[in-house]
Amino acid sequence: MTDVVRTGFRPSRIAIYGVLLLACLVYLIPLIIMLITSFKTPMDIRTGNLLALPTDWTAVGWTKAWSEACTGVQCEGVKGFFWNSFKMTVPAVLISTLLGAFNGYVLSKWKFRGSDLMFGMLLFGCFVPFQVVLLPMAATLGKLGLANTTAGLVLVHVIYGVAFTTLFFRNYYVAIPDALVKAARLDGAGFFTIFFRILLPLSTPIFMVSLIWQFTQIWNDFLFGVVFASGDSQPITVALNNLVNTTTGVKEYNVDMAAAMIAALPTLVVYIVAGKYFIRGLTAGSVKG
Amino acid sequence: MEHTQRRPAGVARASSGLMDALQRWLPKLVVAPTFILVGIGIYGYMLWTGVLSFTNSSFLPSYEFVGLEQYAKLMESERWLVASWNLAIFGGLFIGICLLIGVVLAIFLDQRIRQEGAIRTIYLYPMALSMIVTGTVWRWILNPSLGLEKLMHDWGWTSFSFDWLVDSDFAIYTIVMAAVWQASGFVMALFLAGLRGVDSSIIRAARVDGASLPVIYWKIILPSLRPVFFSSVMVLAHIAIKSFDLVMAMTSGGPGYSTDLPAVFMYAHTFTRGQMGLGSASAMLMLGAILALLVPYLYSELREKRHD
Repeated sequence: MTDVVRTGFRPSRIAIYGVLLLACLVYLIPLIIMLITSFKTPMDIRTGNLLALPTDWTAVGWTKAWSEACTGVQCEGVKGFFWNSFKMTVPAVLISTLLGAFNGYVLSKWKFRGSDLMFGMLLFGCFVPFQVVLLPMAATLGKLGLANTTAGLVLVHVIYGVAFTTLFFRNYYVAIPDALVKAARLDGAGFFTIFFRILLPLSTPIFMVSLIWQFTQIWNDFLFGVVFASGDSQPITVALNNLVNTTTGVKEYNVDMAAAMIAALPTLVVYIVAGKYFIRGLTAGSVKG
Repeated sequence: MEHTQRRPAGVARASSGLMDALQRWLPKLVVAPTFILVGIGIYGYMLWTGVLSFTNSSFLPSYEFVGLEQYAKLMESERWLVASWNLAIFGGLFIGICLLIGVVLAIFLDQRIRQEGAIRTIYLYPMALSMIVTGTVWRWILNPSLGLEKLMHDWGWTSFSFDWLVDSDFAIYTIVMAAVWQASGFVMALFLAGLRGVDSSIIRAARVDGASLPVIYWKIILPSLRPVFFSSVMVLAHIAIKSFDLVMAMTSGGPGYSTDLPAVFMYAHTFTRGQMGLGSASAMLMLGAILALLVPYLYSELREKRHD
């Protein structure tokens, strides 16, 4: 519809650009503050202000956050938790996406009696507040010997992520003509042949959407991390929260901000590299479910 | 069944029967793990929590039933009332402000703006951050002595004072600020996608009739985006009801319990205060709140589809 909206008068154009740029500033300033604070010395933080540039740039905050800062009782920085998050996120993302791809394939191309009901149940599962499953899940993980382990967190993220991934793939595959699948079946192609030869080559965009959505969700999760993990198995979000809330000693805001940057970097990088797919995931996940 | 004639009949029938059965069952086998995991992990556990909410479980689950006692206790709990009231304030402001900012930015961005892609990227990046990161940053910005207040003092506004973060009457609004900062760009993206889908011939016709651009937006375009409004409200309400991370990172529910939300209440009672029964009851009420939103929404969605 852009072609009908005429450019209009100059003052109104200036006003529009003014508002849009002001909004850009508002969205960017917290990130800028986080960055410049992380490079200041504690002295500098006390004498300067939020938007003052560091008088001498120093990476002390970063090295301290990475390997020395206290996150509760131990003081080894966030590096261990950063790797925990990777160890948790990578398998959980891959498993939930693969399961979602096959589920979406079945629920769109191999419907059976009850498959629509199952899809409805999965859809509803996207909405359930997780508070309602926390306690039984904690009990189950305890019974399985998975309490406070990365494997336990992977399992949890797969269970509560698969509804979304299934939704993505199902809605994507529904748009692919059934005739394609029917023709292949007449030629004698089986379940897996059709998936790998026909659908998979068409699936790159939706795989990207699902992988990025899941990566962001799981990396940023705090609730499951704080409930199901403790001590050495905690993800970075929990460690960051502990670091910020540790009250012993003098508060070092440069360390807090550096730790926050460390926790934010992986998802920020993914967003900058593949933002297009992230936005598609957001809109798909919201409009349909 | 042509090939049966080429082979001994029985063998062929047996093997093709097996293959057929396998082909028939394969799709079900493939979805079975998900079905089981979700069946137990969502529906089974939901029931389990429901059962626990009728017991007097404290530090460990117990199965001594006490009827609706936990719910009654919840209703009498000052802290739960504060949490519910906070959710109403937080949810209402969060949803309202996000919608307002999102709609305005989307309409402005839809005016053939140069560098639209870059601007959109900037508006939306907070959605990629963890709420813990967002909370950490905003907590620093709103720091009563070194944050915004000091900035204003340095810039010459020496009487400026801003200590909402530690003021139990105002702390909840700081959480609204951070949440709006994080999610308003997302609403913008939803509405921008909606605007791009509006049929341009309608607008052209309205312009020919002499309608001005603001009038066209207000009278024609925005009403046609009703579905986008509804889905935005759904998503934002969902975020609001589940909000937990942001409160934990910014105030941990404090000062006192003045910024408690139901999710924080549930966590505190279930996992740190040893009142599992009460925590479960609060979780069930959260589920009830979501259902109260979801059921009419899905109902209207389905009805609209039938009308099409």
